[in-house]
Amino acid sequence: MKLQRMNRRALTLGALTVSGALALTACGSDDTTRGGDGGEKTVANSNIKCDEAKGDIKASGSSAQKNAIDAWVKEYVATCKDARIDYNPTGSGAGITAFLQGQTAFAGSDSALDADEITESKKVCKDSQAVNLPMVGGPVAVGYNLPGVDDLVLDAETLGNIFNDKIKSWDDPAIKKLNPDADLPKLKVQSFHRSDDSGTTDNFTEYLNTAAPKAWPYEPAKAWAGKGGQSAQGSSGLAGQVKQVEGAITYFELSYASSDDIPTVKLDTGAAEPVEATVDNASAAIAAGKVVGKGSDLSMELDYATKADGAYPIVLVTYEIACEKGNKAETLGATKSFLTYMASEEGQNVLKANDYAPIPTEIITKVRETVANLS
Amino acid sequence: MSTDTVIKTPAPSTLSAARLPRWAPLVVALGSAATAVAIGMVAGLHSRLQWGMIAALLFVVASYVIAARVEGQRQAKDRLATSLVWVAFLLAIIPLASLLWETVARGSKVFDMYFLTHSMGTLGDREVGGGIYHALLGTLQQVALASLIAVPIGLLTAIYLVEYGRGKLAKVVTFFVDVMTGIPSIVAGLFVLTFWILILGFDFSGWAGAMALSILMMPVVVRSTEEMLKLVPNELREASLALGVPKWRTILKVVLPTSIGGITTGVMLAVARITGETAPVLLVVWGTNFINTNPFEGAQSSLPLYIYQQYAAGNSASYDRAWAAALTLIGFVMILNLVARGIARWKAPKTGR
Amino acid sequence: MDISTTKAPPPTEPADARPPADDRRKSNSATRPGDRVFLGLSRGSGIVLLTIMGAIAAFLTYRTVLALSDNSGNFFTTFEWDTAATPPKFGIPVLVFGTVVSSIIALVIAVPIAVAIALFISHYAPRKLSGPIAYVIDLLAAVPSIVYGLWGALVVAPHLVGLYSWLDDYLGWTGIFEYSGGAPRSLMTVGILLAIMILPIITNVSREVFLQSPKMHEEAALALGATRWEVIRMSVLPFGRSGVISASMLGLGRALGETIAVATVLSPSFLINASLLDPGGGTFAQNIASKFNEADEFGRDALIASGLVLFVITLLVNGAARLIIARRKEYSGANA
Repeated sequence: MKLQRMNRRALTLGALTVSGALALTACGSDDTTRGGDGGEKTVANSNIKCDEAKGDIKASGSSAQKNAIDAWVKEYVATCKDARIDYNPTGSGAGITAFLQGQTAFAGSDSALDADEITESKKVCKDSQAVNLPMVGGPVAVGYNLPGVDDLVLDAETLGNIFNDKIKSWDDPAIKKLNPDADLPKLKVQSFHRSDDSGTTDNFTEYLNTAAPKAWPYEPAKAWAGKGGQSAQGSSGLAGQVKQVEGAITYFELSYASSDDIPTVKLDTGAAEPVEATVDNASAAIAAGKVVGKGSDLSMELDYATKADGAYPIVLVTYEIACEKGNKAETLGATKSFLTYMASEEGQNVLKANDYAPIPTEIITKVRETVANLS
Repeated sequence: MSTDTVIKTPAPSTLSAARLPRWAPLVVALGSAATAVAIGMVAGLHSRLQWGMIAALLFVVASYVIAARVEGQRQAKDRLATSLVWVAFLLAIIPLASLLWETVARGSKVFDMYFLTHSMGTLGDREVGGGIYHALLGTLQQVALASLIAVPIGLLTAIYLVEYGRGKLAKVVTFFVDVMTGIPSIVAGLFVLTFWILILGFDFSGWAGAMALSILMMPVVVRSTEEMLKLVPNELREASLALGVPKWRTILKVVLPTSIGGITTGVMLAVARITGETAPVLLVVWGTNFINTNPFEGAQSSLPLYIYQQYAAGNSASYDRAWAAALTLIGFVMILNLVARGIARWKAPKTGR
Repeated sequence: MDISTTKAPPPTEPADARPPADDRRKSNSATRPGDRVFLGLSRGSGIVLLTIMGAIAAFLTYRTVLALSDNSGNFFTTFEWDTAATPPKFGIPVLVFGTVVSSIIALVIAVPIAVAIALFISHYAPRKLSGPIAYVIDLLAAVPSIVYGLWGALVVAPHLVGLYSWLDDYLGWTGIFEYSGGAPRSLMTVGILLAIMILPIITNVSREVFLQSPKMHEEAALALGATRWEVIRMSVLPFGRSGVISASMLGLGRALGETIAVATVLSPSFLINASLLDPGGGTFAQNIASKFNEADEFGRDALIASGLVLFVITLLVNGAARLIIARRKEYSGANA
């Protein structure tokens, strides 16, 4: 008797759960447009060529370009309704690993594939190899938290000493010399770096090592090589700490500074005026770099020590990595059409609004050629 | 027992010692709170937490001293223990209250029906709006599938260990179940990634995630079920067997129903544990911003993954979404926990207590 | 296991002639088809579970061997984790230190409080309150660790500055409690957060044990005029001591393997810092989470190798817990 009653109750419960789940399935929606702040309705864009783009494209890698990909996907999917792009911001290393294992259609990485990795890519790209396509540029901003100081100028030497724990107080003479007008507090310098390995760290330390090798003697690497300082997980973790801790200084992609209203350092590069971390200044610095990849590979060498006026030297270039030939047939259509859109003039224009720097015309033209020949 | 309520006039009876009145602890508590506030104000301590600590300390010390003077050493020690236990309990309530308060306060900003019934779709991380429907659906499906794999295997294994297992096999299984409880969750994800996706060549899917989650779930189910089955009195088994009921029917009809309450609790706690896992989902389910109702094909998302990614995006809109999703997740697990406790109480074997 | 042949089967109604229950219990070869099927099913599940575990163990060992054969540093003494270098160099002493220290801090804080709460629920709280209170404590166990991490980094850590400065003022001379005024993202902070996270596990198990303590002993003590504390000290705590220890072991297991919460709260480094209040150190799980995303295939192997060490530590903890539980059974003689 009792058992039967229990069973019936269990059945009722089960039925409730199932119907609840069904109800849930029925009312969900991917359409996130709603009046007001939900984002304006995107309409089909005639400049995007879908060709045979269909199916689910998986890509992964750099988290630095996530916002750019978001913006592109939004435009792209509104036009090419048969395609779906799932970009997973797992980090450049994981993106490359996944690509080399054949899990993804393309990878995004903050550093170009090295020679070994290109050799390894021959396994995935039958009879061919992977190419690096510079697609997104961006300034790495140095954010700080100093009450009463809205304008701070530093140079590579001072930055190196700050992050290397040599400069311990904000009223240090080296900082005073660069900021004669600022009212620098007598506050402990608290430098923060990434606790996880990251392409941003790689680029930032490459700048320090190139522009101030004495103050920063360590080899640039994805893992923080310096001694001292504190760390936090991810750029968001760093942004959180800088907001919380007085006297803190750190580095992150520009978008974290602008969305959290964190002031950024102007760099004294030797140019006429100290340069600010802005999209335009980053583009100018990228233009000072040159393509060093062979054949259709377009990996770049950046000039971190540039003294050009209005060129902000701490920049990050994110590459999309795909097979030159031998891409998987089922994803080739959508991959190619999506990459084409990213490299197009319109695609590059989307970047500015999202705190990224477009790739200079000369280089992006080459990217377009390479993308057009992907097969 | 003496019923004295006045301290000044000790009871004439020689059998009862002096006792503090029943309202004494309350008075001491109020007194120490007031003193702590005064100290805090005078010393200019900003943190209310510090005020609370001072009050707790004063309360413990004061009740000990007063009791020691009036009631004697033994009673004073008793008072001391009681006040310490109370203080410890209140101390534990602080983090819980703070945690829930933070989540509710920060999470309720964007938590509404729209949030629950829409996915992120093509919305960027920096834009306002969007929801968790895709993640919620993914979590529900993956957790349900993981339970479908892990619960039968776990239950049957536990039955084997308790009801049948005597030999080497049982010992080896017990050892490996112990080992299994120590798996870092990312390792379970890597294992499924290597075997299922890279070697066998299947696609990323909710199902792959469910397999990784079930690996994490099985040992918890086995161990809790094992404990519960051992609690079933042998007399019940023997009586059933003596009546000529076959052993398998004895297990199904006598042993399991007797311990069903505890087993359900164990299973629910296991479910609660895997619901919060991020790493395996990231590795083998892939994650997507779109709704995918089919767990066997294509990328899905899940709530912990969603929270993690929205937090990493690092802007106010995404923080709001992360907290609201955390609120949803806690609510979901809370409801599960409530259901589990309900079932446990409702079906618990009637013990002598 | 003591379910076996302790008592003679009670007198039965011989509806039909069956072999005595005892016989069937001893022989695993079931006589009836139903029994055979059921035994097959349950043994099959055990074997399935074993196979999965065996496969995972083999997988881990294989990748560990791959990683260690190329390590140019000593796995047990190198204070570095550089798997991308040629030749790669990595070692675990910092991770062992951080993992063990943070877990010990967590235990030192959590065990006394958990025991007190368990006693509160089992012996002090008003009857009607103890149920809801137990549920509230359970809630802490259900909160996902990422939420703990966010809460720890955004809410708990800023509140600790005052406490740490105070510790530095009065106990700084010990060297363990030196605090140089950075963000409080140290092993101590991690230990405190882990303590909150493992509190419910320890409380729950201890509570169950305390509730099982023999009522006769307690009543006898009360009858002799003992105070409530004396009853607990003389009859409840001795009975529950080993149970509390095994509960703490379970909690320790969770503390050792916690990933996301630690990664969000700790400011790790590959140096061992004598002071617990200044940033530094790291844990196995946190290191895996921090390094995994940018690691190449080899880097992943190295991380898996460190995971295997964590595995061994967890196994030892589990083993110790099992031993103690087994001892408790002998001690109490309970047919549990």
